Amino acid sequence: MLKVRVIPTLLWKQFGLVKGVGFDSWRRVGPVLPAIKVYNQREVDELVLVDILGHKSDDDPDFESIEEFGQDCFLPLTVGGGISRIDQVQRLLRAGADKVSVNSAAYVRPQLVTEIAKRYGAQCVVASIDVRADPSGHWQCFSQAGQFATGREVREWAREMEDLGAGEILITSIERDGTMQGYDLALIEAVAGVVKIPVIAAGGAGTYEHMVLAVTQAGASAVAAASMFHFTEQTPAGAKSALAAAGVPVRRPFVAEAE
Amino acid sequence: MKVGVIDYGVGNLGSVMRALEELRVIPVLVTCAIDMQIVDSLILPGVGNFSDCARLLNKGGWFQALQDEVQGRKKPLLGVCLGMQLLASCSMEGANHDVPNGTPGLGFIPGRVEHLSSLGCHLRVPHVGWNAVTPACMRGGLFNGIPVGTDFYFVHSYAFVPDNPADVLATTDYGIPVTAAVRRGHVWGTQFHPEKSSRAGFRLLRNFIEDRQC
Repeated sequence: MLKVRVIPTLLWKQFGLVKGVGFDSWRRVGPVLPAIKVYNQREVDELVLVDILGHKSDDDPDFESIEEFGQDCFLPLTVGGGISRIDQVQRLLRAGADKVSVNSAAYVRPQLVTEIAKRYGAQCVVASIDVRADPSGHWQCFSQAGQFATGREVREWAREMEDLGAGEILITSIERDGTMQGYDLALIEAVAGVVKIPVIAAGGAGTYEHMVLAVTQAGASAVAAASMFHFTEQTPAGAKSALAAAGVPVRRPFVAEAE
Repeated sequence: MKVGVIDYGVGNLGSVMRALEELRVIPVLVTCAIDMQIVDSLILPGVGNFSDCARLLNKGGWFQALQDEVQGRKKPLLGVCLGMQLLASCSMEGANHDVPNGTPGLGFIPGRVEHLSSLGCHLRVPHVGWNAVTPACMRGGLFNGIPVGTDFYFVHSYAFVPDNPADVLATTDYGIPVTAAVRRGHVWGTQFHPEKSSRAGFRLLRNFIEDRQC
Protein backbone atom coordinates (compact mmCIF):
# COMPACT_ATOMS: atom_id res chain seq x y z
CA MET A 1 0.00 0.00 0.00
CA LEU A 2 1.24 3.46 -0.89
CA LYS A 3 2.24 5.48 2.15
CA VAL A 4 1.25 9.04 2.96
CA ARG A 5 4.39 11.18 2.86
CA VAL A 6 5.51 13.67 5.48
CA ILE A 7 7.67 16.28 3.74
CA PRO A 8 9.77 18.94 5.47
CA THR A 9 9.94 22.05 3.32
CA LEU A 10 13.21 23.95 3.32
CA LEU A 11 13.01 27.53 2.12
CA TRP A 12 16.33 28.92 1.16
CA LYS A 13 17.46 32.53 0.70
CA GLN A 14 21.02 33.44 -0.20
CA PHE A 15 23.10 31.51 2.31
CA GLY A 16 20.65 30.04 4.73
CA LEU A 17 17.27 28.61 5.49
CA VAL A 18 14.45 30.99 6.33
CA LYS A 19 10.84 30.74 7.33
CA GLY A 20 8.21 33.47 7.20
CA VAL A 21 4.58 34.08 7.99
CA GLY A 22 2.21 34.66 5.08
CA PHE A 23 5.19 34.69 2.69
CA ASP A 24 6.66 37.65 4.59
CA SER A 25 8.78 38.61 7.63
CA TRP A 26 11.41 35.97 7.02
CA ARG A 27 13.32 34.57 9.99
CA ARG A 28 16.64 32.90 9.59
CA VAL A 29 16.55 29.33 10.78
CA GLY A 30 20.07 28.12 10.07
CA PRO A 31 22.33 26.78 7.36
CA VAL A 32 21.01 24.48 4.61
CA LEU A 33 23.45 21.60 4.49
CA PRO A 34 23.27 20.46 8.13
CA ALA A 35 19.47 20.48 7.90
CA ILE A 36 19.57 18.23 4.84
CA LYS A 37 22.04 15.91 6.55
CA VAL A 38 19.87 15.62 9.65
CA TYR A 39 16.71 14.91 7.66
CA ASN A 40 18.63 12.37 5.61
CA GLN A 41 19.86 10.65 8.75
CA ARG A 42 16.34 10.59 10.13
CA GLU A 43 15.06 9.07 6.89
CA VAL A 44 12.27 11.53 6.21
CA ASP A 45 10.08 10.57 3.25
CA GLU A 46 11.05 13.39 0.95
CA LEU A 47 12.41 16.96 0.97
CA VAL A 48 11.28 20.08 -0.85
CA LEU A 49 13.93 22.77 -1.27
CA VAL A 50 12.85 26.14 -2.63
CA ASP A 51 14.98 29.19 -3.34
CA ILE A 52 12.53 31.94 -2.38
CA LEU A 53 14.43 34.58 -4.31
CA GLY A 54 14.66 32.42 -7.42
CA HIS A 55 11.79 34.15 -9.20
CA LYS A 56 13.39 37.58 -8.78
CA SER A 57 16.29 37.28 -11.11
CA ASP A 58 16.73 36.16 -14.66
CA ASP A 59 19.78 34.24 -13.55
CA ASP A 60 19.86 30.49 -13.51
CA PRO A 61 19.16 28.60 -10.31
CA ASP A 62 22.24 28.26 -8.11
CA PHE A 63 23.35 24.90 -9.51
CA GLU A 64 26.56 24.76 -7.48
CA SER A 65 24.75 25.08 -4.16
CA ILE A 66 22.08 22.60 -5.18
CA GLU A 67 24.74 20.12 -6.17
CA GLU A 68 26.33 20.50 -2.76
CA PHE A 69 22.97 19.98 -1.04
CA GLY A 70 22.13 17.01 -3.26
CA GLN A 71 25.39 15.26 -2.39
CA ASP A 72 24.14 14.10 0.95
CA CYS A 73 20.54 13.55 0.08
CA PHE A 74 19.59 9.92 -0.47
CA LEU A 75 15.94 10.76 -0.36
CA PRO A 76 13.67 12.15 -3.01
CA LEU A 77 14.49 15.82 -3.44
CA THR A 78 12.27 18.36 -5.14
CA VAL A 79 13.95 21.63 -6.07
CA GLY A 80 12.12 24.84 -6.88
CA GLY A 81 12.62 28.55 -7.28
CA GLY A 82 13.15 30.44 -10.51
CA ILE A 83 12.86 27.54 -12.91
CA SER A 84 11.77 28.87 -16.28
CA ARG A 85 13.62 26.83 -18.91
CA ILE A 86 14.01 23.17 -19.77
CA ASP A 87 17.83 23.25 -19.82
CA GLN A 88 17.77 24.34 -16.17
CA VAL A 89 15.80 21.21 -15.36
CA GLN A 90 18.44 18.94 -16.87
CA ARG A 91 21.15 20.64 -14.80
CA LEU A 92 19.09 20.37 -11.62
CA LEU A 93 18.47 16.67 -12.21
CA ARG A 94 22.18 16.17 -12.73
CA ALA A 95 22.87 18.06 -9.52
CA GLY A 96 20.79 15.54 -7.56
CA ALA A 97 17.23 16.80 -7.81
CA ASP A 98 14.60 14.17 -8.58
CA LYS A 99 11.78 16.53 -9.31
CA VAL A 100 11.43 20.22 -9.97
CA SER A 101 8.66 22.46 -8.81
CA VAL A 102 7.43 25.14 -11.14
CA ASN A 103 5.38 28.10 -9.97
CA SER A 104 5.67 31.67 -11.33
CA ALA A 105 7.04 30.69 -14.75
CA ALA A 106 3.99 28.50 -15.41
CA TYR A 107 1.71 31.56 -15.46
CA VAL A 108 3.91 33.25 -18.03
CA ARG A 109 4.50 30.20 -20.19
CA PRO A 110 2.31 27.23 -19.23
CA GLN A 111 3.91 25.05 -21.95
CA LEU A 112 7.00 24.85 -19.74
CA VAL A 113 5.16 22.22 -17.71
CA THR A 114 4.43 20.20 -20.85
CA GLU A 115 8.02 20.50 -22.03
CA ILE A 116 9.36 19.14 -18.75
CA ALA A 117 6.77 16.37 -18.62
CA LYS A 118 7.45 15.30 -22.19
CA ARG A 119 11.18 15.24 -21.71
CA TYR A 120 11.49 13.91 -18.17
CA GLY A 121 8.08 12.45 -17.45
CA ALA A 122 5.08 13.80 -15.57
CA GLN A 123 6.48 12.51 -12.29
CA CYS A 124 9.35 14.97 -12.61
CA VAL A 125 7.28 18.14 -12.52
CA VAL A 126 5.47 19.41 -9.46
CA ALA A 127 3.12 22.32 -10.02
CA SER A 128 3.44 24.56 -6.98
CA ILE A 129 0.40 26.79 -6.50
CA ASP A 130 0.20 29.59 -3.94
CA VAL A 131 -3.31 30.65 -3.07
CA ARG A 132 -5.04 33.44 -1.20
CA ALA A 133 -8.82 33.66 -0.69
CA ASP A 134 -10.31 36.99 -1.73
CA PRO A 135 -13.14 38.53 0.31
CA SER A 136 -15.78 36.78 -1.77
CA GLY A 137 -14.23 33.46 -0.84
CA HIS A 138 -12.82 32.95 -4.32
CA TRP A 139 -9.43 31.19 -4.24
CA GLN A 140 -6.99 33.11 -6.35
CA CYS A 141 -3.52 31.96 -7.44
CA PHE A 142 -0.54 34.24 -6.78
CA SER A 143 2.85 34.24 -8.45
CA GLN A 144 6.28 35.67 -7.57
CA ALA A 145 6.28 34.32 -3.99
CA GLY A 146 2.75 35.51 -3.34
CA GLN A 147 3.19 39.05 -4.61
CA PHE A 148 1.18 39.12 -7.81
CA ALA A 149 -2.43 38.18 -8.26
CA THR A 150 -2.71 36.10 -11.41
CA GLY A 151 -6.47 36.25 -11.75
CA ARG A 152 -6.55 32.46 -11.95
CA GLU A 153 -8.95 30.45 -9.83
CA VAL A 154 -7.20 27.56 -8.10
CA ARG A 155 -9.33 24.63 -9.23
CA GLU A 156 -9.26 25.77 -12.81
CA TRP A 157 -5.49 26.34 -12.66
CA ALA A 158 -4.82 22.99 -10.94
CA ARG A 159 -6.78 21.20 -13.66
CA GLU A 160 -4.89 23.08 -16.32
CA MET A 161 -1.58 22.11 -14.71
CA GLU A 162 -2.69 18.47 -14.69
CA ASP A 163 -3.75 18.64 -18.33
CA LEU A 164 -0.42 20.20 -19.27
CA GLY A 165 1.42 17.28 -17.69
CA ALA A 166 2.19 18.08 -14.04
CA GLY A 167 2.69 14.96 -11.91
CA GLU A 168 1.81 16.46 -8.54
CA ILE A 169 0.28 19.61 -7.14
CA LEU A 170 1.84 21.34 -4.14
CA ILE A 171 -0.89 23.58 -2.81
CA THR A 172 0.00 26.32 -0.34
CA SER A 173 -2.37 28.65 1.46
CA ILE A 174 -0.55 31.98 1.72
CA GLU A 175 -2.76 33.14 4.57
CA ARG A 176 -2.07 30.03 6.62
CA ASP A 177 1.65 29.89 5.79
CA GLY A 178 3.75 30.13 8.93
CA THR A 179 0.76 30.56 11.23
CA MET A 180 0.77 26.96 12.45
CA GLN A 181 -3.02 27.21 12.76
CA GLY A 182 -3.75 24.35 10.44
CA TYR A 183 -3.99 23.75 6.71
CA ASP A 184 -6.81 25.33 4.73
CA LEU A 185 -8.69 22.05 4.52
CA ALA A 186 -11.44 23.36 2.26
CA LEU A 187 -8.85 24.55 -0.25
CA ILE A 188 -6.97 21.25 -0.24
CA GLU A 189 -10.17 19.26 -0.51
CA ALA A 190 -11.35 21.41 -3.42
CA VAL A 191 -8.11 20.86 -5.34
CA ALA A 192 -7.83 17.14 -4.52
CA GLY A 193 -11.40 16.80 -5.75
CA VAL A 194 -10.75 18.17 -9.23
CA VAL A 195 -7.44 16.52 -10.16
CA LYS A 196 -6.41 12.89 -10.39
CA ILE A 197 -2.72 13.50 -9.65
CA PRO A 198 -1.43 13.49 -6.05
CA VAL A 199 -1.91 16.67 -4.01
CA ILE A 200 0.58 17.79 -1.37
CA ALA A 201 -0.93 19.96 1.38
CA ALA A 202 1.15 22.93 2.50
CA GLY A 203 0.74 26.11 4.51
CA GLY A 204 -0.34 26.18 8.11
CA ALA A 205 0.65 22.89 9.72
CA GLY A 206 1.23 23.37 13.43
CA THR A 207 0.28 20.06 14.99
CA TYR A 208 0.21 16.39 14.06
CA GLU A 209 -3.57 16.58 14.14
CA HIS A 210 -3.51 19.14 11.33
CA MET A 211 -1.67 16.60 9.20
CA VAL A 212 -4.14 13.85 10.04
CA LEU A 213 -7.02 16.10 8.95
CA ALA A 214 -5.32 17.08 5.69
CA VAL A 215 -5.20 13.40 4.78
CA THR A 216 -8.39 11.96 6.26
CA GLN A 217 -10.66 14.93 5.68
CA ALA A 218 -9.20 16.83 2.73
CA GLY A 219 -7.75 13.90 0.76
CA ALA A 220 -4.09 14.99 0.54
CA SER A 221 -1.58 12.37 -0.65
CA ALA A 222 1.24 14.02 1.28
CA VAL A 223 1.67 16.70 3.92
CA ALA A 224 4.39 19.35 3.89
CA ALA A 225 5.45 21.52 6.81
CA ALA A 226 8.21 23.95 7.70
CA SER A 227 7.52 26.10 10.79
CA MET A 228 6.22 23.12 12.73
CA PHE A 229 9.54 21.32 12.31
CA HIS A 230 11.72 24.44 12.64
CA PHE A 231 10.07 26.08 15.65
CA THR A 232 8.43 23.34 17.72
CA GLU A 233 9.63 20.09 19.23
CA GLN A 234 7.51 18.12 16.75
CA THR A 235 9.32 15.91 14.23
CA PRO A 236 8.52 14.08 10.98
CA ALA A 237 8.82 10.79 12.90
CA GLY A 238 6.30 12.03 15.45
CA ALA A 239 3.98 13.09 12.66
CA LYS A 240 4.14 9.61 11.19
CA SER A 241 3.33 7.98 14.52
CA ALA A 242 0.29 10.25 14.86
CA LEU A 243 -0.82 9.48 11.31
CA ALA A 244 -0.38 5.75 11.92
CA ALA A 245 -2.42 5.99 15.12
CA ALA A 246 -5.19 7.59 13.06
CA GLY A 247 -5.12 4.67 10.63
CA VAL A 248 -3.15 6.43 7.87
CA PRO A 249 -0.48 4.23 6.21
CA VAL A 250 3.02 5.64 6.73
CA ARG A 251 6.49 4.42 5.99
CA ARG A 252 8.44 2.81 8.80
CA PRO A 253 12.21 3.11 9.15
CA PHE A 254 14.16 0.29 7.49
CA VAL A 255 15.56 -2.35 9.79
CA ALA A 256 17.81 -4.92 8.11
CA GLU A 257 17.23 -8.57 8.89
CA ALA A 258 19.95 -10.39 10.76
CA GLU A 259 22.21 -12.30 8.37
CA MET B 1 35.18 -3.11 -7.79
CA LYS B 2 34.20 -0.64 -10.47
CA VAL B 3 30.56 0.02 -11.13
CA GLY B 4 29.69 1.91 -14.28
CA VAL B 5 26.77 4.32 -14.33
CA ILE B 6 25.63 4.78 -17.89
CA ASP B 7 25.36 8.45 -18.84
CA TYR B 8 23.42 8.74 -22.06
CA GLY B 9 22.10 12.22 -21.49
CA VAL B 10 19.26 11.91 -19.02
CA GLY B 11 18.70 11.15 -15.41
CA ASN B 12 19.63 11.97 -11.87
CA LEU B 13 23.11 10.55 -12.04
CA GLY B 14 24.44 12.51 -9.09
CA SER B 15 22.55 10.56 -6.49
CA VAL B 16 23.38 7.16 -8.02
CA MET B 17 27.08 8.04 -8.11
CA ARG B 18 27.03 9.28 -4.53
CA ALA B 19 25.16 6.23 -3.29
CA LEU B 20 27.85 4.01 -4.82
CA GLU B 21 30.58 6.06 -3.15
CA GLU B 22 28.84 5.53 0.19
CA LEU B 23 29.02 1.80 -0.51
CA ARG B 24 32.78 2.16 -1.00
CA VAL B 25 32.91 1.04 -4.57
CA ILE B 26 34.36 3.09 -7.38
CA PRO B 27 31.60 4.63 -9.44
CA VAL B 28 32.57 5.32 -13.03
CA LEU B 29 30.47 7.65 -15.10
CA VAL B 30 30.34 5.82 -18.41
CA THR B 31 29.87 8.49 -21.06
CA CYS B 32 30.85 6.52 -24.14
CA ALA B 33 29.92 2.96 -24.92
CA ILE B 34 33.47 1.62 -25.12
CA ASP B 35 34.10 2.59 -21.47
CA MET B 36 31.72 -0.16 -20.40
CA GLN B 37 34.57 -2.59 -20.93
CA ILE B 38 36.55 -1.28 -17.97
CA VAL B 39 33.86 -1.76 -15.31
CA ASP B 40 32.72 -4.88 -13.46
CA SER B 41 29.02 -4.18 -13.49
CA LEU B 42 26.63 -1.62 -14.90
CA ILE B 43 23.77 0.53 -13.72
CA LEU B 44 21.34 1.92 -16.28
CA PRO B 45 19.47 4.88 -14.78
CA GLY B 46 16.61 6.67 -16.42
CA VAL B 47 14.03 9.29 -15.79
CA GLY B 48 11.36 10.69 -17.99
CA ASN B 49 10.03 9.58 -21.28
CA PHE B 50 10.70 6.10 -22.69
CA SER B 51 10.85 7.16 -26.33
CA ASP B 52 13.28 9.99 -25.59
CA CYS B 53 15.53 7.70 -23.57
CA ALA B 54 15.41 4.97 -26.22
CA ARG B 55 16.28 7.56 -28.85
CA LEU B 56 19.25 8.82 -26.81
CA LEU B 57 20.44 5.23 -26.24
CA ASN B 58 20.26 4.63 -29.96
CA LYS B 59 22.01 7.85 -30.81
CA GLY B 60 24.94 7.09 -28.53
CA GLY B 61 25.36 3.58 -29.93
CA TRP B 62 24.36 2.13 -26.58
CA PHE B 63 21.86 -0.37 -27.94
CA GLN B 64 24.46 -2.51 -29.69
CA ALA B 65 27.15 -1.89 -27.07
CA LEU B 66 24.84 -3.04 -24.28
CA GLN B 67 23.95 -6.16 -26.27
CA ASP B 68 27.65 -6.95 -26.60
CA GLU B 69 28.58 -6.17 -23.03
CA VAL B 70 25.57 -7.57 -21.19
CA GLN B 71 24.33 -10.36 -23.45
CA GLY B 72 27.72 -11.21 -24.93
CA ARG B 73 30.18 -10.70 -22.07
CA LYS B 74 27.59 -11.39 -19.34
CA LYS B 75 28.29 -8.22 -17.44
CA PRO B 76 25.75 -7.74 -14.62
CA LEU B 77 23.30 -4.93 -15.28
CA LEU B 78 20.83 -3.17 -13.00
CA GLY B 79 18.23 -0.95 -14.63
CA VAL B 80 16.65 1.63 -12.35
CA CYS B 81 13.17 3.10 -12.85
CA LEU B 82 12.96 3.97 -16.55
CA GLY B 83 16.25 2.08 -16.84
CA MET B 84 14.32 -1.03 -15.83
CA GLN B 85 11.58 -0.33 -18.33
CA LEU B 86 14.21 -0.01 -21.07
CA LEU B 87 15.05 -3.69 -20.48
CA ALA B 88 11.64 -4.58 -21.95
CA SER B 89 10.86 -5.44 -25.56
CA CYS B 90 8.77 -2.30 -26.01
CA SER B 91 6.86 0.47 -24.27
CA MET B 92 3.48 1.90 -25.08
CA GLU B 93 4.67 5.29 -23.84
CA GLY B 94 4.67 7.56 -26.85
CA ALA B 95 2.68 5.05 -28.94
CA ASN B 96 0.44 6.65 -31.55
CA HIS B 97 -1.07 5.97 -34.95
CA ASP B 98 2.35 5.91 -36.58
CA VAL B 99 3.87 3.59 -33.99
CA PRO B 100 0.92 1.51 -32.73
CA ASN B 101 3.18 -1.04 -31.09
CA GLY B 102 5.12 1.54 -29.14
CA THR B 103 8.84 2.11 -28.87
CA PRO B 104 11.29 -0.80 -28.85
CA GLY B 105 13.49 -1.29 -25.78
CA LEU B 106 16.63 -3.36 -25.23
CA GLY B 107 14.63 -6.60 -25.08
CA PHE B 108 16.82 -8.20 -22.40
CA ILE B 109 13.67 -9.20 -20.55
CA PRO B 110 10.78 -9.86 -22.95
CA GLY B 111 7.66 -7.94 -22.07
CA ARG B 112 5.78 -4.70 -22.49
CA VAL B 113 5.64 -1.42 -20.61
CA GLU B 114 2.12 -0.07 -20.26
CA HIS B 115 0.39 2.85 -18.60
CA LEU B 116 -0.83 2.06 -15.08
CA SER B 117 -4.38 3.09 -15.93
CA SER B 118 -4.48 0.83 -18.99
CA LEU B 119 -3.42 -2.02 -16.68
CA GLY B 120 -6.54 -1.37 -14.61
CA CYS B 121 -5.16 0.92 -11.91
CA HIS B 122 -7.81 3.42 -10.77
CA LEU B 123 -5.68 5.25 -8.19
CA ARG B 124 -3.95 8.59 -8.70
CA VAL B 125 -1.27 8.38 -11.38
CA PRO B 126 1.72 8.92 -11.29
CA HIS B 127 2.36 6.41 -8.53
CA VAL B 128 4.52 8.59 -6.32
CA GLY B 129 5.88 7.75 -2.92
CA TRP B 130 6.94 4.94 -0.64
CA ASN B 131 5.33 1.59 -1.23
CA ALA B 132 5.87 -1.84 0.28
CA VAL B 133 7.75 -4.33 -1.87
CA THR B 134 7.16 -8.08 -1.74
CA PRO B 135 9.71 -10.41 -3.35
CA ALA B 136 7.94 -12.95 -5.56
CA CYS B 137 9.22 -16.19 -4.15
CA MET B 138 12.68 -17.03 -2.97
CA ARG B 139 14.34 -14.86 -0.43
CA GLY B 140 17.85 -13.61 -0.71
CA GLY B 141 19.53 -12.32 -3.81
CA LEU B 142 18.78 -8.69 -4.55
CA PHE B 143 16.48 -8.58 -1.49
CA ASN B 144 18.90 -10.32 0.83
CA GLY B 145 18.50 -8.93 4.36
CA ILE B 146 15.53 -6.78 3.32
CA PRO B 147 12.33 -7.77 5.14
CA VAL B 148 9.18 -8.50 3.13
CA GLY B 149 7.09 -5.33 2.95
CA THR B 150 9.99 -2.87 3.15
CA ASP B 151 9.07 0.50 1.62
CA PHE B 152 10.95 1.78 -1.41
CA TYR B 153 10.51 5.06 -3.28
CA PHE B 154 8.51 4.86 -6.51
CA VAL B 155 7.76 7.55 -9.02
CA HIS B 156 6.32 6.37 -12.33
CA SER B 157 3.24 6.29 -14.55
CA TYR B 158 4.08 3.22 -16.65
CA ALA B 159 4.78 -0.31 -15.46
CA PHE B 160 6.66 -3.29 -16.86
CA VAL B 161 4.72 -6.49 -17.54
CA PRO B 162 7.22 -9.26 -18.40
CA ASP B 163 5.92 -11.97 -20.78
CA ASN B 164 7.22 -14.65 -18.45
CA PRO B 165 5.93 -14.20 -14.87
CA ALA B 166 9.08 -15.94 -13.65
CA ASP B 167 11.03 -12.79 -14.60
CA VAL B 168 9.12 -10.80 -11.95
CA LEU B 169 11.36 -10.65 -8.91
CA ALA B 170 9.15 -8.49 -6.69
CA THR B 171 5.83 -6.67 -6.78
CA THR B 172 4.12 -3.79 -5.06
CA ASP B 173 0.44 -3.11 -4.63
CA TYR B 174 -1.05 0.02 -6.16
CA GLY B 175 -4.65 -0.98 -6.62
CA ILE B 176 -3.26 -3.65 -8.92
CA PRO B 177 -0.07 -5.71 -8.53
CA VAL B 178 2.74 -3.66 -10.07
CA THR B 179 6.14 -5.06 -11.06
CA ALA B 180 8.65 -3.66 -8.56
CA ALA B 181 11.72 -5.63 -9.64
CA VAL B 182 12.67 -7.97 -12.47
CA ARG B 183 15.43 -10.42 -13.06
CA ARG B 184 16.60 -12.66 -15.84
CA GLY B 185 20.01 -14.19 -15.27
CA HIS B 186 22.50 -11.42 -14.62
CA VAL B 187 20.10 -8.67 -15.69
CA TRP B 188 18.14 -6.98 -12.91
CA GLY B 189 15.82 -4.03 -12.75
CA THR B 190 13.97 -2.08 -10.07
CA GLN B 191 11.01 0.16 -10.79
CA PHE B 192 11.71 2.01 -7.54
CA HIS B 193 14.76 4.19 -6.91
CA PRO B 194 17.22 2.42 -4.58
CA GLU B 195 19.46 5.51 -4.60
CA LYS B 196 16.55 7.50 -3.16
CA SER B 197 15.28 4.83 -0.79
CA SER B 198 17.66 5.60 2.02
CA ARG B 199 19.15 2.68 3.92
CA ALA B 200 16.88 0.07 2.36
CA GLY B 201 18.09 1.22 -1.05
CA PHE B 202 21.75 1.10 -0.02
CA ARG B 203 21.23 -2.45 1.13
CA LEU B 204 19.76 -3.44 -2.21
CA LEU B 205 22.58 -1.79 -4.15
CA ARG B 206 25.08 -3.56 -1.93
CA ASN B 207 23.38 -6.86 -2.71
CA PHE B 208 23.64 -6.13 -6.43
CA ILE B 209 27.31 -5.23 -6.23
CA GLU B 210 28.44 -7.99 -3.89
CA ASP B 211 26.32 -10.96 -4.76
CA ARG B 212 26.64 -11.63 -8.45
CA GLN B 213 25.13 -15.05 -8.07
CA CYS B 214 22.01 -13.71 -6.40
